[in-house]
Amino acid sequence: MGVAKYIKDERGGIKEVTYQSGIKVKPSYGPQDLEDRGFTYEKDLGAPGEFPFTRSLHPQSYRSRAWTTRQYTGFGTPEETNERFKLMIANGQNGLNVAFDLPTQMGYDSDHPLAEGEVGRVGMAIDSLKDFETAFAGIPLDRIGSGLTINAVATIMMAMYQATAEKFGYSKDQISTTPQNDILKEMIGRGAWIFPVEHGVRLVGDSIEYAVKELPKSNPVSICGYHIRESGATPAQEIAYAFEIARAYIDNVVKRGIAPEDFVGRFSFNFNVYGNMWEQIAKFRAARKLWAKMLKNEYGVTDKKKLFLRGLFGGGGSGLTKEQPENNIMRGAYYALGAALSGAQTTALCSFDEAYTIPTPRSALLSLRTLELLMDEVGLRDTVDPLAGSYFVETLTLEMEEKILEEMKEVEKLGGMVNCISSGLIQRKVSRQAYEFEKGLQSGEYKKVGMSSPETDKISGNAANNESSKTNVELHEYNEEWARKSKANLKELRATRDTKEVEQNLAALEKAAKTSDNVMPHLVKCCHAYATVGEMAGVFRKTFGEWNEPDFY
Amino acid sequence: MEKKIRVLIAKPGLDGHDKGAKIIALALRDAGMEVIYSGLHQTLEQIIHTATQEAVDIIGLSIMSGAHLPICEKLIAMMKEAGISDINLVVGGVIPFQDIPGLKEMGVAAVFPGGTSFEEIVQGMKDLFTK
Amino acid sequence: MIKLIEEDDPKAFDLLKSLYSHSGKAFIIGITGSPGVGKSTIIDKLIAEFRKSGFSVAVIAVDPTSPFSGGAILGDRLRMQGHATDEKVFIRSMASRGRAGGVSRAAKDAVIVLDAMGYEIIIIETVGAGQSEFEVSNIAHSTGIVSIPGTCDGIQAVKAGILETGDIFIVNKSDNDGADVTVHQLTMITDLGNGTKWKPKVLKTIAHDGTGMEELVAAFLSHWKFMETNNLLEAKKREQETNYFTSLLKDLTLKKLLLFMENSLEYQEVLLKLKSHEINPLDAAEQMVKKINLP
Repeated sequence: MGVAKYIKDERGGIKEVTYQSGIKVKPSYGPQDLEDRGFTYEKDLGAPGEFPFTRSLHPQSYRSRAWTTRQYTGFGTPEETNERFKLMIANGQNGLNVAFDLPTQMGYDSDHPLAEGEVGRVGMAIDSLKDFETAFAGIPLDRIGSGLTINAVATIMMAMYQATAEKFGYSKDQISTTPQNDILKEMIGRGAWIFPVEHGVRLVGDSIEYAVKELPKSNPVSICGYHIRESGATPAQEIAYAFEIARAYIDNVVKRGIAPEDFVGRFSFNFNVYGNMWEQIAKFRAARKLWAKMLKNEYGVTDKKKLFLRGLFGGGGSGLTKEQPENNIMRGAYYALGAALSGAQTTALCSFDEAYTIPTPRSALLSLRTLELLMDEVGLRDTVDPLAGSYFVETLTLEMEEKILEEMKEVEKLGGMVNCISSGLIQRKVSRQAYEFEKGLQSGEYKKVGMSSPETDKISGNAANNESSKTNVELHEYNEEWARKSKANLKELRATRDTKEVEQNLAALEKAAKTSDNVMPHLVKCCHAYATVGEMAGVFRKTFGEWNEPDFY
Repeated sequence: MEKKIRVLIAKPGLDGHDKGAKIIALALRDAGMEVIYSGLHQTLEQIIHTATQEAVDIIGLSIMSGAHLPICEKLIAMMKEAGISDINLVVGGVIPFQDIPGLKEMGVAAVFPGGTSFEEIVQGMKDLFTK
Repeated sequence: MIKLIEEDDPKAFDLLKSLYSHSGKAFIIGITGSPGVGKSTIIDKLIAEFRKSGFSVAVIAVDPTSPFSGGAILGDRLRMQGHATDEKVFIRSMASRGRAGGVSRAAKDAVIVLDAMGYEIIIIETVGAGQSEFEVSNIAHSTGIVSIPGTCDGIQAVKAGILETGDIFIVNKSDNDGADVTVHQLTMITDLGNGTKWKPKVLKTIAHDGTGMEELVAAFLSHWKFMETNNLLEAKKREQETNYFTSLLKDLTLKKLLLFMENSLEYQEVLLKLKSHEINPLDAAEQMVKKINLP
């Protein structure tokens, strides 16, 4: 995915190039292109670290600090996760990134029928505060921040994190948590949603409002264009939809009487890096500019720092192939190059074998080295935004800006993101595009190096005989023991806790959910009383109901 | 009247990766089949219920979680109990090659691991009715 | 069974014959309207309300077959997930399979089957294509036409002559601007009268959060009661039965005709002459009709 469309002539020359976002590319660019568009340095770029931040958020960028790389952790039991956390901190990591298993993500306890086969498989199984206490035991929560990859029940996990910290003697204004907490993107591209759209957004709003008032060091939302892109959106749509999702959350919180200035500075983003390199670079530069402009012009934010498009530009999973997996090493390197040329603050890279297996330590290390090489050896730290002034890149950045705004306008015309997602319009568009691209790939219209296509089959013989197409998949292991242990813990918990206290707090939670009271304080109390994730999410399920996804075709 | 192949594309379990399922649904539609898409987070009971009411010819499970063996085993037993063993069960998604014989032995009619072309899948499904 | 109907399997006809006497008890509701107005969501909520009152409910959801590929994605069920394991709810998706108007005889046959199976309320969902409203009114006892604010569906309805077939007009997504205007338009139009005694109701709903759904169910039930008390239901059923007979007649005759044409040498001859421009379509048709003997 992500490859541009090339129309070639009989001799292999390229007649036409069209990027996924719809932008056509000329054979060459010159000063006239910029002049035609009224390009000026002050308006369109700004100095590094100055509005609109097209070049960079900071004046020195990599000269002062290399990019931050993040690695995910958390699988199986809280005990194992705790060990892994301690190991990473000993190795110098100063932030934790936590993955949760699917039952936890979906608000089910480990003994729920739907949890079968999933307990602890893709992340940590969390059923109650006890599990968090085990996972974070001995971790200096005033110094180490935690990113939580959790969305539908982010409110519950945030509350649980706070309760854990309080149990260990920290105060809530000391701790830093960054839940992903972007339910709208789940509904477009990741699937871990529970409640209907408006209620999902209400919960996000509750968590932001609460963070503003009670968790000053926490970043309540990380908006993920990443998954939307993985589902079939173009690079321009990735940014456009992410910004419209941000808008939906901002508007929800503003309605509560909180000024955008007080919270938008803590939003962060998660964007993808695969595909055509120039398209990605233009995308990121345009995104920085547009976000700053949107916040300044539409939401009246004046503090410079709060206009930053903070985020992780990385991943690239959809660009990798099962066939000839070593090619993914090079792909990863080029994607990372694009991210570096875009001035990504934080990055991560999918491992070359990720298309068909859980990354081995070796492949994970390769990814890390790929990123290191760019920073420390090949020269990507030498100067800020080296491509600035390039006739091509600046023209492309302007065109990308136009495309993004176009896509944003379309969403607004259709009543905003919440409307579009409720009615299925975005999902429909994105699935269609994914389908068309896949068709194009199979027919040879789009080319991915190393993959069989009608063209290459003619040369190299039948696809079925192509050795590399037989790369096998390996899977996340599933350990029955994890499930057994979790279920046993649950049983014990239910027997030893104060049932009355749990029930009272759950009742108070339900009351808050039914009205427009912020659910967070009630969730914290529920966590302290050892209510389970399933019980708390159950209250929400009862009050809000479950979302019936719309059709997508 | 023409005989149309009716396919239920189902996503069992909690995994939310539905891109593959949706793309296949569109491809099958373009190949002239009638596709019922189950939506995410389906229990096996729901799948049986839907397949029965909709009188489908094929149940197509899209499994990206690696739990295909236990899921198929269970579903086949439930299909027998519900009296719909005549419906063909096919599976797609993240399926290691070495698991294919085991699946077939259980009674899965066809397996289409990720990366199988649309053409192969459509033909594979049509072939189920020409035996 | 419904499968056999869809495939036009000869067995189906006989099965229908034996089932027919057991049908005729259900109350049949038609829900029609343009794509995207929220029909499926409304039906999902209707099912819930009817179930609360203890009725068993069957739904036939019709989606258009792609004219290019002949395939279809039948996704109305997605909006009705909550009833997925309720034994007293039966949801069947059907593709229009190219039949004009989006509602087919197959749907009618399916209704007979579900009726005979004992479902007390049967809801047919279909896309309003201008023509299909008529078809739905041939099957349904009470028809709901769904529109959303801001569209001119009300005026279109009048233009298309759909007015006579709508018993309850539903303005969904009524939290959007223009809802009251749309309601006003529809009320004015239905006030003009449509020849029957039942005064069509115009209702506002917000299906996704359930607003107006209780009132909607009440409206359908009151229409049901109204028709029963005024002997209108029986009359309607008789009329629909006659229309069903006519359409069956047409279908069976057409089948016979097609068979005749396939097996007739003269037909092949005429076809060749037509293709080589020796004869024009009008003469050709006239010639063939003269040859038809009804044995």
